[in-house]
Amino acid sequence: MMRHRTSSFAACAIFAALFILAGTAPFPAASPRDSPQTPPPQSQAPQQQNEIVLSLSGEPGARIRYAVPDFIARTADPETADAAKLLGAVLWDDLAFEREFYMVPRDTYRSIPAATSMETVPFDRWRELGADALVMGSIEKTGPSTVRIVVRLFDVRTGRSAMGREYTGTLSNPRQYAHTAADEIHLAQRALRGAARTKLTFSSDRDGDRIAGTVQQRGVKEVYISDYDGANQRRVTISKALNLYPNWSPDGRTLAYTSYRTGFPNIYLSRIYEGAPPETPAGREFQNWLSAWSPDGARLCFTSSRDGNSELYVVNRDGSGLRRLTNNPAIDTTPTWSPTGTQIAFTSDRSGAPQIYIIDVDGLNIHKVTNDSYSDRPTWSPAPFNEIAYVQRTGSGYDIRVMTLATQEVRQLTSGEGKNESPCFAPNGRHIAFSSTRSGKQQIYTIGRDGQGLKQVTTVGNNQTPDWSR
Amino acid sequence: MPVAEMKPMSSKRRWVSYCGWIIVVVAAAVLATGCGAKKPPVAQPIQPPTDTTPTPDVVPVPPPPPAPVTVTDTPVVTTKIPDDPMASRSIDDLNRESPLQPAYFEYDSSELSATARTALDANAATLRKYPAWVITVEGHCDERGTAEYNSALGERRAAAARTYLVSLGIPAERLHIVSYGKEFPFDPGHAESAWSKNRRAHFVITSK
Repeated sequence: MMRHRTSSFAACAIFAALFILAGTAPFPAASPRDSPQTPPPQSQAPQQQNEIVLSLSGEPGARIRYAVPDFIARTADPETADAAKLLGAVLWDDLAFEREFYMVPRDTYRSIPAATSMETVPFDRWRELGADALVMGSIEKTGPSTVRIVVRLFDVRTGRSAMGREYTGTLSNPRQYAHTAADEIHLAQRALRGAARTKLTFSSDRDGDRIAGTVQQRGVKEVYISDYDGANQRRVTISKALNLYPNWSPDGRTLAYTSYRTGFPNIYLSRIYEGAPPETPAGREFQNWLSAWSPDGARLCFTSSRDGNSELYVVNRDGSGLRRLTNNPAIDTTPTWSPTGTQIAFTSDRSGAPQIYIIDVDGLNIHKVTNDSYSDRPTWSPAPFNEIAYVQRTGSGYDIRVMTLATQEVRQLTSGEGKNESPCFAPNGRHIAFSSTRSGKQQIYTIGRDGQGLKQVTTVGNNQTPDWSR
Repeated sequence: MPVAEMKPMSSKRRWVSYCGWIIVVVAAAVLATGCGAKKPPVAQPIQPPTDTTPTPDVVPVPPPPPAPVTVTDTPVVTTKIPDDPMASRSIDDLNRESPLQPAYFEYDSSELSATARTALDANAATLRKYPAWVITVEGHCDERGTAEYNSALGERRAAAARTYLVSLGIPAERLHIVSYGKEFPFDPGHAESAWSKNRRAHFVITSK
């Protein structure tokens, strides 16, 4: 599947090894040398091609300026033309999301004649617009339902291709090609794991269904998933009950969530791409809610009142090895695992108002982290950041705060616009998803870890308690 | 004639009334000891020696009660069943009218106030009256807490209500609890008037 297509194979292998050692996905390798002008590679059945890439640079000290025009439609049919426009727009958004590059706004491209092929790109015009880098793509139909998509990153000053990718497949979800290209550009150019192919899950009342058999006419909440940018939203539970607090297994194939489908809360695991019935690792005899996966996906921590009040328990994914973690007459709830899986942060009101505490997974070394008026929903960031995002009561509402554990420094990401709740980190730790009532109904938003780059993900109904896939 | 006949009749009646008195006294004595023995078995031996004389004076009063009580008891039961609206209604109808009162809580609190206890006392009386009812105590919170913490706070409120009902003698098996956090507000408003209604333990009959 992966083939390096240049003469400098040795350099490539060394860099690939470095990437693997650095713990990143071993997709492309970077080469100090320019890559030769490669002809369009023969289309292989699976997804992508890899080749030597060149790291681009712009003005010293400034962010590289990227332009991403519409893709070139190489076959003349409306479907291809629509996809060509969409791919350019999605790729621009994906690259803008990480804020590693300065993205030249797409509405300034109109003066530049659209290229009809990769060979006829008017680089001088793009240089005039101030672009350092140009991402050009093309799409052509190779069959009734199959396409070939080529994405190339050009150095605008030299007109040379810095990296190129080819993807083949169906047009069922064209956005995924742009997401993949964006992730590969971020990885090759910035050694960054982008979020373009990650997903969100959340709970929503948008269907307006009512819980069957209750006289109170209560509304259901079902679990939904969507792309990180809010596209492709779809429902994954159909239980017509309260379904809350969904969270992704680390492999992204299973959702754990709290469902009231039997009238009482319990933890369910649904393998969303398979037809298997949901599993209940916490058992069925007691009330269990608010699950959190361990980083290796082998265990779940959750809240249960099985021993008389809200305590934290850890159980293996298959329901074996149940163990009580906390033991206090106060409320202990809302667990989150440290990236190493050795500690759990949680909420307890053992000192009065709810505050964030940290406990070792063996139940030792409990200590208090926050001393605010009211704190809840801790979420531990992925490495390399060692931070906990949480909700803090501020005035009449709630805001999202992030604490750097090493220094205990706290920064606030939202400032009083509505109630901001339930933060969760993107897998690269650079973004946080949360719910907010700032626009009226409760919606899911994403924001940078520096409090910049707010984006609204949902618009329909009320949406709450998001979690970001890893 | 009527006057001469009156005298022997009255003497006969007097004899009958004496005999009647004796029977009543004996019956009363038997009743008194019987009743006394039922209530406190330990205190009984001390009382009879001191109160031997006053017992006949009290005797005339008790005889009437035993007869009417047993007579009225049976008709009351038969007439009450058709009159009781609760007994004939479906669970949905009952829950729609909520025969069990909600217990309200203070902000961020799961402590039972005096008014909450009064409501629960009334609920306990209702539950004693209908011993077949099984209920679910729902814990609810206002919108000001976070979703996650409120899930646990609602659980604690429901548990507080259940604990109090159990202390009043309602079997725990008849009382399930569930927390809905802030998911189902009873008043969708955003002021204390709404919040105070939403911080509550709500009672739902699940079987009868």
